[in-house]
Amino acid sequence: MRFGVVIFPGSNGDHDALKSVELGLQEEVVPIWHKDTSIDNCDALLIPGGFTYGDYLRAGAIARFSPIMEAVTEFAERGGPILGICNGFQILTEAGLLPGALAKNSELTFRCDWIHVRVESDRTPFTATLDPGTVLRLPIAHGQGRYVVSESQLAELEANDQIVFRYTDSQGIEHDDYNPNGSTAHIAGVCNERGNVVGLMPHPERAYDALIGGDEGLKILRSVVDAGLSTVRA
Amino acid sequence: MTDAVDTRRSYLAEVYVSLKPGINDPQGLAIRDGLRSLGYAGVEAVRAGKYLRVTLAADSSDDAHAQVTRMCDQLLTNPVMETYEISITALNDH
Amino acid sequence: MTLTITPEALREVALTQSEYDQIVELLGRAPTAVELGMFGAMWSEHCGYKNSRPLLKHFPTSGSRVLQGPGENAGAVDIGDGLAVVFKIESHNHPSAVEPYEGAATGVGGIVRDIFTMGARPVALLNSLRFGPLDRQRNQYLFGGVVGGIGGYGNCLGIPTVGGDIYFDEKYNGNPLVNAMCVGIVEHDKIMRAKASGIGNLVVLVGADTGRDGIHGATFASVENPEESHRGVVQVGNPFLEKLLLEACLEALEIEGVVAMQDLGAAGLTSSIVECASKGEVGIEIDVQRVSRRESGMSAYEVMLSESQERMLIIVTEEALPELRAIFERWDLHSDVIGTVTDDGNVRILDGGEIVANVPASLYTDECPVYIREGIESAAIVEARERDLSDVTDLASDAIGDTLLRLLASHNICSREPVVRTYDHTIMSNTVTPPLDADAAVVRVKGTNKAIAIKTDCNPRYVYLDPHLGGQHAVAEAARNVSCTGAEPLALTNCLNFGSPEKPDGYFQLQQAVLGMAEAAEALGTPVISGNVSLYNESGDEAILPTPTVGVVGLIEDVNQRAGMAPTNGSVLILLGTQEATLGASEYLSVVHGLVAGSPPALDLTVEHNVQSLVRSLIGVGLVTAAHDTSEGGLLVALAEMLIASESGATVELQQVLDANAGRLDRTCFGEAASRVIVATSAGNADAVIQRAQQSGVPAVRLGTVGGDALELDVAESVAVTTMKRKWESGLKVGR
Repeated sequence: MRFGVVIFPGSNGDHDALKSVELGLQEEVVPIWHKDTSIDNCDALLIPGGFTYGDYLRAGAIARFSPIMEAVTEFAERGGPILGICNGFQILTEAGLLPGALAKNSELTFRCDWIHVRVESDRTPFTATLDPGTVLRLPIAHGQGRYVVSESQLAELEANDQIVFRYTDSQGIEHDDYNPNGSTAHIAGVCNERGNVVGLMPHPERAYDALIGGDEGLKILRSVVDAGLSTVRA
Repeated sequence: MTDAVDTRRSYLAEVYVSLKPGINDPQGLAIRDGLRSLGYAGVEAVRAGKYLRVTLAADSSDDAHAQVTRMCDQLLTNPVMETYEISITALNDH
Repeated sequence: MTLTITPEALREVALTQSEYDQIVELLGRAPTAVELGMFGAMWSEHCGYKNSRPLLKHFPTSGSRVLQGPGENAGAVDIGDGLAVVFKIESHNHPSAVEPYEGAATGVGGIVRDIFTMGARPVALLNSLRFGPLDRQRNQYLFGGVVGGIGGYGNCLGIPTVGGDIYFDEKYNGNPLVNAMCVGIVEHDKIMRAKASGIGNLVVLVGADTGRDGIHGATFASVENPEESHRGVVQVGNPFLEKLLLEACLEALEIEGVVAMQDLGAAGLTSSIVECASKGEVGIEIDVQRVSRRESGMSAYEVMLSESQERMLIIVTEEALPELRAIFERWDLHSDVIGTVTDDGNVRILDGGEIVANVPASLYTDECPVYIREGIESAAIVEARERDLSDVTDLASDAIGDTLLRLLASHNICSREPVVRTYDHTIMSNTVTPPLDADAAVVRVKGTNKAIAIKTDCNPRYVYLDPHLGGQHAVAEAARNVSCTGAEPLALTNCLNFGSPEKPDGYFQLQQAVLGMAEAAEALGTPVISGNVSLYNESGDEAILPTPTVGVVGLIEDVNQRAGMAPTNGSVLILLGTQEATLGASEYLSVVHGLVAGSPPALDLTVEHNVQSLVRSLIGVGLVTAAHDTSEGGLLVALAEMLIASESGATVELQQVLDANAGRLDRTCFGEAASRVIVATSAGNADAVIQRAQQSGVPAVRLGTVGGDALELDVAESVAVTTMKRKWESGLKVGR
């Protein structure tokens, strides 16, 4: 499988995205520059974290207008698997490829920590090989990770099985104390209606080696490889 | 014990906080470049600031202005880097 | 254009009349306005090291691993596999006192540029901070702002902030200290230096437009009343631009024709051009009209002294210019050719057609005056140090538990987690030991089995009460922390934060601290490869505590042979090293008795070396699984810290330590000592550890066993681990 990591000015999670696939999955991975107009025959795309355009104005607001986004959108419309991580998630919401928005953490400060998420849906390429209810330990590092969505939109997301990850404790139980940023309904990650585009605030690409704190992020990355290319189910 | 009669009115203070001239504005630069890349070649400069709306009780428009000025100096602005303008409007009596 | 020199003009450039006269003599004429400004910047303490240079000569700076010692943007040390670590620590104290967020942010920006300008990719950030007590609102404001700025800039750059140290004391009121350290990795043959060369080569300026930021920043940092002399606007950092610059410059280094790179820091264009020319023993000519401006109407003087951030100077051949330009365009960075390398050794500044400055580079550097002053120790400090502490009432046994909790919650000891969690420590997927889990940060080196361990340290109270001994301690403690992870300390960087050297007691502190540091660096085999000096940290008549911050980098050859500080259940705790502790200069004496007095603990550098060596070898062979040195708060606080980390209790006997401390409970529990480490080993290996210690001539005392949920002591009542943890975690609150 050929992964592509889209790099914008100010992306800094590209290094880990490239390394996690290279060292953790041992699959082919290539960088894609934001000024490129094609996604270079990649089978899956990672939109990494960072502070594209410094997060100035709004996080992801400027990056979504980069030339590459046309090809990314087209890939999404074709059903291609796309994983937006942290700032990548923010860019995808700003671009309208994912519902909702990410606002400042409720405690108003940046927070770096290891947390747990529970897999809610296995209908995306990145969770197809994970049983719903699986708990994963992943790092977070963000100041603007509070997922906000209107009540009616939230109802839609739940009805359409679009909530992919929720923050929980190590046993998989949701609780305010284990919601690191105040996200609505403890949502850590969502997908689009079709299920091929996923965004999440935690960093699976920083959890690919026990030496650096854990390797459960590989389960998310490996899922799209193991499940094959046509994994989007209704 | 009876309550004192409150003769104060409600005012809306609009506070425009901007960076002092000469101070580097990375946000403004990034927004300017973003606009230009969207095709707005004529954009010369962008400075980003903050806009606050403060509703408060005051004896008069001057009093409201004086109160909000103190607020700006104490909390709402960083006097080392920022400057501000205040605009006061009287709201309907309640 | 000649100048009539007035006291105001001299004050603006922070030069004395005698220094001015020297300039006139060297030039054979009066300096122009621009030249005067440039001399003021280059001859400031910050750039010229007028008072510190004769003292810095005492530092050991060479060693078999040293690839680059002091004199470049940062130092470089070999770590094997053809790789080197490049590191430096630098201060940004005075700007942080004025605008804490941006002062700290631009401090991080500056040190990161110093690393990537050498061709190294930055892989870790640390910071050493000092503030006045947090019960004052101003200090809370400074603290919150500084922490915010460090996180804001470092996180945006995508470089993990992995460690540091924070300390509070009355004497930092009005003069906070912000020292930022950066470590990078580079291949030996890719190390880039700042020596301009090649007559006719082009001088390129890339990055931000030049504005009026921080004009006289270098001189501002070199005088006592910064508010008065601060003329330019506050510097505001742009970490996004710096990230682009970092990536573009690292790519640019691959170009054959790029011969030198220099970042613009203190004194902006002036210092970078002078340094490049001077190191390369060539001349440089530039035209300020070719420098891209952010503000209109800037004079040549302003352009030369501007400290606008995120700018780099590159010396490149004409042939390679298009390739260089292409890289900058890719990253949407603006660049200008502003001048050329010449053969006359002069730094010549043009403004359009007019020459506004023309001085041999060496006059700015080699001819910078040097002052050797007489240091006289303050009588008050001598008295404080020699104060007899035998009248201090010992602790009662039933007070030990409460005293421990009180110390755990005190600001110089309590958990720094509220600060640490606002820094991204996971980015770059190299951090092996999260902050707070070990005595030093451990960061792996991808592509090898190695890891580096990094720590910043300085106990300023020790330096205050005895500068020479305190200077030794600063080096010893930083190295000891690194050794406690299993890493061998390789070299050190330092930032000398002191008051005015023009006062005899201030000069004494500076002089003695440097001598002490030099001795310890020599004894422990950690040459000084880079550093920075920040003097004149005073307000009113009150100088800060003398604070020579030390940053040590060590090497773990096999990352799997490392230790954190949390012992496992069932392990045996053994105290290695010095048993005799002192109350003098201790945190206990200060917090509980309100006394800053007595002599810091004795330090035998040979013993220190042996203890560190032993700890490393025990970790290396897997006999020791956790190690933690004792520092502020002494033995009991160190034990508590280990137990809080492992969330288990221990049964501990202190009788032997009590005997070694004349039966005094306060000295036993909370007295401080150098060369002392608590190690944890499995029950089966305890005898082997003690045997090895004896073979090395290092005292070893079995303290007890880890288990249960409380610290059970023979000399006091037990304290629940959950209680210790709660107190320790509740100490610090970071305001914004």
